[in-house]
Amino acid sequence: MIHLDSLYKTFTLGDETITAVNNANLYIKSGDMMAIIGPSGSGKSTLMNIIGLLDRADEGVYTFDGMDVTMLSDDEQAVIRNQKIGFVFQSFYLLQKLTALENVMVPLLYRNIGEKEAKRRALDMLERLKLGERIDHLPKQLSGGQQQRVAIARALVGEPELILADEPTGALDQTTGREIMALLKELNENGQTIVIITHDAHVAEQAERVVRIEDGVLKEEGQS
Amino acid sequence: MNVSMTVRLALKNIKGNRLRSGLTMLGLVIGISSVILLVGLANGATSSIMDDFSSMGADVITVSIYDSEKGMSYTELDELRKLDLIENASPYSMLEATVSKGGNKVKGSSLVGCGAAYAGMIGAEVEKGRNLSPVDIENSIKAVVIGNDIAKKLWKNKNPCGDTLKIDGDDYTVVGVLKSTGSSMGNNTDKTVLMPISTAQYLGADVSITEIYLKAVSEEDVDTATAEAKAYFKDKKKIESDYMDVYSQKQMLKSMEEANRTLSLLLGGIASISLLVGGIGVMNVMLVSVTERTREIGIRKSLGAKKKDILIQFLMESTVLSVLGGLMGIALGIGIGKIISLFGTAFSPSIGMMMISFAVSVSVGLVFGILPASRAAKMKPVDALRYE
Ligand SMILES: Nc1ncnc2c1ncn2[C@@H]1O[C@H](COP(=O)(O)OP(=O)(O)OP(=O)(O)O)[C@@H](O)[C@H]1O
Ligand SMILES: [Mg+2]
Repeated sequence: MIHLDSLYKTFTLGDETITAVNNANLYIKSGDMMAIIGPSGSGKSTLMNIIGLLDRADEGVYTFDGMDVTMLSDDEQAVIRNQKIGFVFQSFYLLQKLTALENVMVPLLYRNIGEKEAKRRALDMLERLKLGERIDHLPKQLSGGQQQRVAIARALVGEPELILADEPTGALDQTTGREIMALLKELNENGQTIVIITHDAHVAEQAERVVRIEDGVLKEEGQS
Repeated sequence: MNVSMTVRLALKNIKGNRLRSGLTMLGLVIGISSVILLVGLANGATSSIMDDFSSMGADVITVSIYDSEKGMSYTELDELRKLDLIENASPYSMLEATVSKGGNKVKGSSLVGCGAAYAGMIGAEVEKGRNLSPVDIENSIKAVVIGNDIAKKLWKNKNPCGDTLKIDGDDYTVVGVLKSTGSSMGNNTDKTVLMPISTAQYLGADVSITEIYLKAVSEEDVDTATAEAKAYFKDKKKIESDYMDVYSQKQMLKSMEEANRTLSLLLGGIASISLLVGGIGVMNVMLVSVTERTREIGIRKSLGAKKKDILIQFLMESTVLSVLGGLMGIALGIGIGKIISLFGTAFSPSIGMMMISFAVSVSVGLVFGILPASRAAKMKPVDALRYE
């Protein structure tokens, strides 16, 4: 589904150059549950932003469903984000002025699905994630775990091919973090492709594939 | 997202920041309301003046002589009547005197000394009795023709003709009553008392006539008739053109229309300055809002918002903001105008002006919103998301 071929990404701060992603080569197959681990500042988020088309690599080829997406325009990339990728972030990134339901509707509205239909699908998804009672709550009226479940509902509602989660349990206590991981695992067992970025070894243990990144260099564990 | 949803989203964001939105709109409210108010008052003033003038025939020429030593006697007016293009002439003199009957004073009445032709020239018609006649004037008869309001007030339903009216303590016979003109102010004949110019001289009117109304033989000839009258005063009466004004009603209307146009331009200028200020306010607030909501922009982009989605969202917000301000401004301007008009000043708001104001507020929102909105639309998703 996804193929990264010799990707590079460097940042320049003053006269210092940081290679955040250094010659990354990676295949992600449909149905994979992959963890990307590494110490802080090793380039995990940068890699995820590139995979999620939130950022562009400086060099290399990125193929998504057989298409070279590095050549696409910003708006064409937006369409792919909208239809094929769902994001889960460490600090949830819910829209604070919108209710849980409205937050989950947003990706569908950018897809020009009618408001009624978007509402129906969003309600379904919130129901599935056991948030049926919380649909009219604003993010600040929800616990961290509930907010993250709303964010997951929002990532899932558009039925994306890929879920990208950047430290999804990072802002949660242990118990809640485990619940969220269990949820992601369950989704994967139903066929959802998930890439989780984490520096928590417990989280990584639950993934079938673990990729370690250090100073921008990728290395898959269990492979030479 | 469809239009109604974007509008709702914009309203939500505007409501979420009441104080700031209110202050931003205030600039536009003040700008638009003052334009509506000023233009309404200017229109009110012009249309009431126009009413008075348009009741006067388009074939009327007014003459004012500023050198009282060169004034004319009543008999000299015959020379004017003999001019080719002049059909008739009447002197005119405003008088100060108290009008009363049986101890009842009439407030706000105006007393005019004139000739027999005057009533016809100002478009007044006789309802009861008769008009002043040349005989009244030649013999300085103490006869008056009264306006409709005066007749109603002093005689109620009775016929005033033949009865007497006291002017500064002297008795005058009412010979006629004018039809009501209903015009609101200025040269309203409803409260006027007309008397022979010769009789008016008993009440202190100048013997030498310095204000004259002329009637041209036809409307088409009024310009040449004006020139002819001017030439007469210059050649025969030796009056320098600086010491007189000879105007046809047509010219008066034209110069008034010009004055009105100048006034409108001036108001337009003031309006555009205040709208520019209001617009800069909108732009400033939108720029702050875009910066504050960088994270939101990033989230929306991660969820698949295209550039145009973000652009429209912010443009809609600035437009809704300025349209709300514009509508409030229109309402406020009309409200204040109506209150002012309760105190007697004419105020006529024009629908055209309101539509222009509305259109202007829409464009202020669009024009001054485009910079902040396109700044928001151009942000890179990752930069917007990482923004603290
Ligand atoms: N926009 C940027 N400008 C400059 N440097 C950047 C930028 N984004 C990332 N970096 C640098 O790139 C390197 C990788 O950052 P990245 O955020 O990918 O790390 P990470 O592995 O996600 O770390 P963490 O576990 O702390 O989230 C870091 O050295 C960081 O300082
Ligand atoms: Mg990170």
